[in-house]
Amino acid sequence: MKNLLTTEDLGRETLERLLDLSDEFVEVLDREIPKVPPLRGLTVATLFFEPSTRTRISFERAAKALSADVMSFSPGTSSLKKGESLKDTALTLRAMGADIMVVRHRAVGAPWRVAEWVDVPVVNGGDGAHQHPTQALLDALTIRRHFGKLDGLEIGIVGDIRHSRVARSDVYAFSTLGAKVTLIAPRTLLPRDLDGWPCTATGDLDDVIERLDVIYLLRVQTERGGATAFPSWPEYVSRFGLSRERFARLADGAVVMHPGPMNRGVEIAPEVADSDRALVLDQVRLGVAARMAVLFTLATGRGLTREVTA
Amino acid sequence: MRQVMDGDDVQRAISRIAHEILERHHGADGVVLVGIHTRGVPLAKAIADAIERFEHVRVPVGELDIGLYRDDLRRRPTPALARTLIPVDLTEERVILVDDVLYTGRTVRAALDAVSDLGRPQAIELAVLVDRGHRQLPIRPDYVGKNLPTSTAERVTVRLHDVDGDCGVWIDDEETR
Repeated sequence: MKNLLTTEDLGRETLERLLDLSDEFVEVLDREIPKVPPLRGLTVATLFFEPSTRTRISFERAAKALSADVMSFSPGTSSLKKGESLKDTALTLRAMGADIMVVRHRAVGAPWRVAEWVDVPVVNGGDGAHQHPTQALLDALTIRRHFGKLDGLEIGIVGDIRHSRVARSDVYAFSTLGAKVTLIAPRTLLPRDLDGWPCTATGDLDDVIERLDVIYLLRVQTERGGATAFPSWPEYVSRFGLSRERFARLADGAVVMHPGPMNRGVEIAPEVADSDRALVLDQVRLGVAARMAVLFTLATGRGLTREVTA
Repeated sequence: MRQVMDGDDVQRAISRIAHEILERHHGADGVVLVGIHTRGVPLAKAIADAIERFEHVRVPVGELDIGLYRDDLRRRPTPALARTLIPVDLTEERVILVDDVLYTGRTVRAALDAVSDLGRPQAIELAVLVDRGHRQLPIRPDYVGKNLPTSTAERVTVRLHDVDGDCGVWIDDEETR
């Protein structure tokens, strides 16, 4: 694996290898000294052109637990333009010694561009409404550790699918690992073109809720125009929110997931978010291990550039 | 391929190592065996079995994967990691690392680093089934099943029941393969 840009082209074997590796890093993170040395001397650069706290902190924690150094770039309040400035930023950080780059950008495809410009591995930390592969990996890890496997599980993803890179990444990863995925959203929040997505879609949560093993909730992305897609918030909440009443209809053993940040009282009732069947904090915790697996695989997979060119 | 130890020889060596451990430590108190993946793990279990036969006590057995501590990680493709599983707190215990073949000493160096990250044992010792020489680091074993003088061109193969189905030690000349 040279870069990690998308879950669409990841085979089952690669995914499972990353999950197996993640399991080992979960064990490392549980130790009294939660740190191991394999990336000593390497520098991971995070280039986040979009605001993010949890994803960036998670990557930095993962890098440090592998003994890598971290360089952080964030544009602050200035709005960087695409094109030259993205390229110059990437080349600059590379020249400063970045050995792996994690890129988040609001433009779809930006991490692919960076991967063409630099000679080091690139991880997509989220590009527009397109892909967020490490989120899919940590979600699959959370589910696999809870259920033992994804094969045959019914997973429903509810909410603003159209603007969600998490949904797209999850659909491909989950289905590759053998789960049956259903998207649940008003038509206006489903992707315009679902052709080729390995899943089904419905507009009726109550129709499918009882057969789900995992209900995965997404927030409505008002900053990307999600709230204009339905008549009113009360109507959205009444049809797609996981209320206490709907929560009670879930099958025994079914679990609730959410990538955060949660809007309590909208897509998820506060009591549901705090229930022990909500795996939200497990997702956050396991995210560090999943990102360690990605950084470790990229760093060791092809030998690092500095040595290859030496 | 020339066989230098058969299954019985391996079992005798394991029994002797178990006796030497008991002798040196005046029993099995505070001893923890830690096998280095892959073949150190069944060897550690076999030594623990032997100790149990002789003294009727079960010493804790751990498994250690040193993949994250290798010094050649960046030159070789991604290794699969095996499980690290240490059943007891190693602090103040007497840890005996167990491996099948001692050669350059680099694996043991990595294992020492890994153990140091897991706790602070009172002492760390080393037991190996075969010592084939050619050390590149200042490391020596405390318990040796068999000293096997080799040239660097030769290859030592250890096979154990739990991993390989049969048991023995073979030596062969790389150039004739």
